[in-house]
Amino acid sequence: MKKTFARKYLGIPYAVYLVLFVIAPLVVLFYYAFTNSTGHFTLANLAGFFTDSNTIGTLIYSLCLAMVVTVACLVIAYPIAYVLARSKFKSKAVIVMLFVMPMWINFTLRLTALKEILNLIEGNLAYYPFLNSVIGMTYDFLPFMILPLYNTIVKLDGSLIEAAQDLGAGRRQTFFKITVPLSMPGVISGVSMVFLPAMTNYVVNDMLYNSTYIMGSLIGSYFSAYDWHNGSMIALILLAIIGVFTLLSGESEEDGRRGGALL
Amino acid sequence: MAEDYIIELKSITKTYDDNGFTAVEDFNLKVKRGEFVTFLGPSGCGKTTTLRMIAGFELPTSGEILLNGKNIAQLPPNKRPINTVFQRYALFPHMNIYENIAFGLKLKKLPADEIKKKVSHVLEMVDLEGFENRKVSTLSGGQQQRIAIARALVNEPEILLLDEPLGALDLKMRKEMQLELKNMHDKLGITFIYVTHDQEEALTMSDKIVVMSNGKTQQIGTPEDIYNEPKNAFVADFIGESNIFKGIMTGTKKVRFAGGEFECMDDVPEGTLVDVVVRPEDVIMTKKGEGIIDGKVTSVIFKGIHYEITVESGKNEMLIQSTKSATVGDTIGMTLEPDGIHIMIAEDHTTRFEAEIASDLTLTYSDHTIHCDLTKVIPGSKIKDGVLYDAQNEPVDIEKTKILVSIEPGDIELSDDEEAGLTSGRIVNLIYKGDHYSYVVRTIHGHDLIVDDEYLWNMDDQVGLILPEDKMTFAVKK
Repeated sequence: MKKTFARKYLGIPYAVYLVLFVIAPLVVLFYYAFTNSTGHFTLANLAGFFTDSNTIGTLIYSLCLAMVVTVACLVIAYPIAYVLARSKFKSKAVIVMLFVMPMWINFTLRLTALKEILNLIEGNLAYYPFLNSVIGMTYDFLPFMILPLYNTIVKLDGSLIEAAQDLGAGRRQTFFKITVPLSMPGVISGVSMVFLPAMTNYVVNDMLYNSTYIMGSLIGSYFSAYDWHNGSMIALILLAIIGVFTLLSGESEEDGRRGGALL
Repeated sequence: MAEDYIIELKSITKTYDDNGFTAVEDFNLKVKRGEFVTFLGPSGCGKTTTLRMIAGFELPTSGEILLNGKNIAQLPPNKRPINTVFQRYALFPHMNIYENIAFGLKLKKLPADEIKKKVSHVLEMVDLEGFENRKVSTLSGGQQQRIAIARALVNEPEILLLDEPLGALDLKMRKEMQLELKNMHDKLGITFIYVTHDQEEALTMSDKIVVMSNGKTQQIGTPEDIYNEPKNAFVADFIGESNIFKGIMTGTKKVRFAGGEFECMDDVPEGTLVDVVVRPEDVIMTKKGEGIIDGKVTSVIFKGIHYEITVESGKNEMLIQSTKSATVGDTIGMTLEPDGIHIMIAEDHTTRFEAEIASDLTLTYSDHTIHCDLTKVIPGSKIKDGVLYDAQNEPVDIEKTKILVSIEPGDIELSDDEEAGLTSGRIVNLIYKGDHYSYVVRTIHGHDLIVDDEYLWNMDDQVGLILPEDKMTFAVKK
């Protein structure tokens, strides 16, 4: 009896943490999103978002950018993760580290370097703002795609691959019928770790002189103009998009039966 | 006639590139169509590697695998008319039962209704009708195993490979599945190649057993042959319980071991050193002095259908299984019928290695110095001013001359200290031989040494091997 009581107390710090850093900010966010500057309840912020062609444009632009970045990351990361995971090379962890190592370098430094390289190639960054953002974000987020993919593929039961071959599947058939479906949990966690930041991380845009707003920059601009109400509403809408996406991916992960691909 | 055999393995050897380990050495086997063949041996004996080479997951370093007379050794697994039941089932978790079983048929592009018919037929065969839409994760281990078997059989392979398929099941389930597999084999007429470390399973199910140890075939034969006429001490020890003694032939069909002289069935020349195998159930207990040897009963255990009695006779220990009991502490007599004694000519277990002659005329082997009088090894030679001259008074080319050193198993000492001796190694096998243990020690250089020692060491113990110089014999390598 006493023991269970004592164990309960262990949860207190986490409860406090949850209240302070998760629930309280959410309440504040909700409050600001649904009030106006005089403190009265209003739906004008919500309506404003969906009627303003600028914000809708930003949403579409962000979605496009995030999608292109995610696909680019996936296309680059999957072969790398696959080759690394299936190779017989003994110190593959070292090579994985090599791909992850750029994360240890300050990312403004990395982006500055990238900016100079792109400048050299393109002549003027202003010519290809969208492309530059895609390159910058892909470069930045690639490790977040490689790691979960690598972790999933490396844990793939080798006997399943052998079973497929044994039943008559060639290398290509084995890859598409067994390896790809079974690495879906990794794909999903990789995608959710790249897609969402790609919609909001406007630092990359700023540093590469892409002046088009994405969702993050929109929120930032409202907040820096002390318009907490509209900024909060946009943040809330983003949250809803993220929520829906996570829910969907969570469900398909259950289908895949094998979870645990996160970092 | 080659046509009689569905598959033939010809001097198959598998050596791994990365560590030079030889998993299978010079493996030869012919399997008749429809036969139930079992590879039996302790873990690490190479049985699974051999199976994987037949399946195509691993390619032999050398040798041929002839399927219906055609060499398939280098063919990928998907090009072989052979299917495998894996140890951990290897069912695809993202597919339901129907999709799992239909996987191979769909690849063959069979029409959908034919696939459906075949799947339900094979599900019926494994007693799991109506399981088509179940998920893999909802099935018990035994059910998953049946699905794995169904998935392999539905492709109608020429050979079905089974890699310890019952290893993950509990005892009762295992017994049931043994019978079912055997029935399935009889009904389908497909050739089964089965891998197990369970000797009882092998004896129950097989038409032919291949006993393997340390990558080598020890004996190939029917279960009866292998149980009744084990070819060597390893097989005798591995299959069933047995007493193994060192003996010597003392006359026509007479052998002396365990302190007594017995009549036997095998006609081996007098003076030959032999290993004698006595099954515990073949020992006949008599009153003290009425048997050939006497011994003191040290333990009696009731085992349900028989008693297991341990008797100490001099330095030897004899295990007896009998329906009669005995009293601990009593002295009893023991005798054996001639057909209860199995004689195996003792293998040559002498350790031999090559040593080089150093400039100071000592021998060296892997950085160790061995002292020996070279003038006695090379007839008529002499040493003058530190130079070795042969009988013709010519200086011996010590770089080209190698000395063969040999030492008997009983003269090698084992030590806890790995640095203590000439070399060190790991115990990979041990057999109790009445009054001592016979060990196989795999040295760090990958050689297997036979060492006799009266003390008990454990499998996988790391030991130093002390080779006393005074017990060594030397010869010039020609």
